[in-house]
Amino acid sequence: MHKIFTRSLVSSLVFLFTLTVSAVAKDVKAAFVYIGPTGDHGWTYQHDVGRKAVEAAGYKTTYVEGVPESADAERVLRQLANSGHDVIFTTSFGYMNPTNKVAKEFPNVKFEHATGYKREHPNVSTYAARFYEGRAILGTIAGSMTKSNVIGYVASFPIPEVIRGINSFTLAAQKVNPNIKTKIVWAFTWYDPGKESEAAKALIDQGADIIAQHTDSTAIVQIAEKAGVYAFGQASDMDKFAPKAVLTSVENNWGPYYVDRVKAVANGTWSQKDTWHGIGDGMVVISDLDSAIPSDLQAKVKKLQADLASGKVHAFTGPIYDQKGGLMVAEGKTADDGMLAGMMTYVKGVEGDIPK
Amino acid sequence: MIIDINFVGLIITSIMASAVPLILASCGELITERSGVLNLGVEGMMIIGAISGFALMTVTGSLFIAVVGAMIAGVLISTIFAFLTQTLITNHVATGLALTIFGIGISAMIGKNFVGIPGKEFPVLFKSLKDTIPFLSPILFGHSIVFYFAFTLPFFTNYFLKKTKLGLIVRAVGDSPESASNQGINVKLVRYSCILYGGAMCGLAGAYLSMIYTPQWIENMTGGRGWIALALVVFSTWNPIKILIGAMIFGGLTIIQFHMQAMGVRIPVQFLTALPYIVTIVVLVVISRDSRKIRLSTPSSLGKSFYKDN
Repeated sequence: MHKIFTRSLVSSLVFLFTLTVSAVAKDVKAAFVYIGPTGDHGWTYQHDVGRKAVEAAGYKTTYVEGVPESADAERVLRQLANSGHDVIFTTSFGYMNPTNKVAKEFPNVKFEHATGYKREHPNVSTYAARFYEGRAILGTIAGSMTKSNVIGYVASFPIPEVIRGINSFTLAAQKVNPNIKTKIVWAFTWYDPGKESEAAKALIDQGADIIAQHTDSTAIVQIAEKAGVYAFGQASDMDKFAPKAVLTSVENNWGPYYVDRVKAVANGTWSQKDTWHGIGDGMVVISDLDSAIPSDLQAKVKKLQADLASGKVHAFTGPIYDQKGGLMVAEGKTADDGMLAGMMTYVKGVEGDIPK
Repeated sequence: MIIDINFVGLIITSIMASAVPLILASCGELITERSGVLNLGVEGMMIIGAISGFALMTVTGSLFIAVVGAMIAGVLISTIFAFLTQTLITNHVATGLALTIFGIGISAMIGKNFVGIPGKEFPVLFKSLKDTIPFLSPILFGHSIVFYFAFTLPFFTNYFLKKTKLGLIVRAVGDSPESASNQGINVKLVRYSCILYGGAMCGLAGAYLSMIYTPQWIENMTGGRGWIALALVVFSTWNPIKILIGAMIFGGLTIIQFHMQAMGVRIPVQFLTALPYIVTIVVLVVISRDSRKIRLSTPSSLGKSFYKDN
């Protein structure tokens, strides 16, 4: 009798516990597809920080890292959709077509594609961050602090996202220092510490005293530290890798958006959306400013940050000219989102051609 | 534009620094191949060296232990290869490929805990002499000990193979293990030693990447340099001095193409990026076209298993 009582007590407790757990977990499963390893301390790392925020909010998550932007991506997506995930975040530009293709086959699964523009099916949303706002801040700092008036910029691939960043950076730098030159080197990789540092070294050898980067590893800031020049962290706060060199970093903060969207799936309120958030919405975060930045410049940067957040200042305010002197944005106007999204020309003051 | 002599010195220094891992791994693999063993696991052994060096440096705090540990790790992983190919007589190509896949996988697994940790500064030699002579002193002074070791290694390797008895034994084993065995040479022992030596050099090459060149750990950080090292061995026709030339050309073009971009030279970037691969192969093929010499230096039993009937 005693035994039966204990057993039933235990089993009812287990039953109760399972109920509680499932109530907390809300039964929504989110999956994340990453281009790099979660340990890149850059792009993918920050997406994974966002995923952990979803986990902390009580939802189940899984992730697949190092997925190539090829037919492999389709296979991974199909596998995830088949294995009971309700929402899948695909976190690289190159997943655009695979995401839309697989979304068609699984109308009940929600797809969220980062940095793309194709929403071919009602279950596909896109989201991106206005990193160019952060780059306007970096440009302001670089233009004010350079002594050689040569600023190096290690770029990854010639896509609008990267071109927009180069332009925003250069425009902001020119505003505070009309004599600066931005030298661009294309590394044709998102993530290869050896190559990235060779590119940075070439720029430093050619007289650049501040290096900006649009690739993901921490190699560039380390090279800058060794060479005694300044640099900016990309995607995450890279200060501890190069405490003297890193003036500030532009951090990608995906967590709030991810939690929001997964919640929407759980509540059944999810609908197709195109999100493009910047400093104002907290998707783009500027790390602490280094003490090497003089205090008046710090104040100026803080003000610019507040103005970009409130929308009082737009990073692309006319007049803006292209390299040949043609007018891109008229005086008093700002570039609209359509123009920003497809930006494939350099502004005046950037050296060289965009690789085709 | 005026080309400043110091600027050229700086470029040459960067080229040499980028050639170091290629020279180390190629010279190691060269000895392995000269003994008749084809080990395609260079990339895997390098990445194991990279994570071992970085992990040991972080845990123990000693750079010496880290560098030696990375070489031991290279030796350990190549022991697996040696055991499989020499004792169990497995196919060299398949085993080597498996070794690379294994190395990349296991390094990523160990590396999980070491991501996002900044590396330590590696001490350099002759730092005070760095600004004494224009052009020459940045090339000659202020580098890590591994750097100096790498640039003397091809000459030692050449001397070892051509002028020493041991080198002759290695070559004999690689050319005709049967005859060598009949002469009383322990073929298995020689091949084991050469494989383990190759492992140690690849481990050192990996440690150079994760501790000196870009002091950090990230997955896959060797980025295909192991495969380039392998190609250098073949295209240099198993000649250590030509490996040095090939590694310098490869490293040189990689860096010069970045400089050309930064100078705004109007050549398609994609072409510039492909240039190092094309030119290195073309140059090495051209300087090695003497077919008699190729026959002499190619280990004739490369990749063939040897077992002794008792």
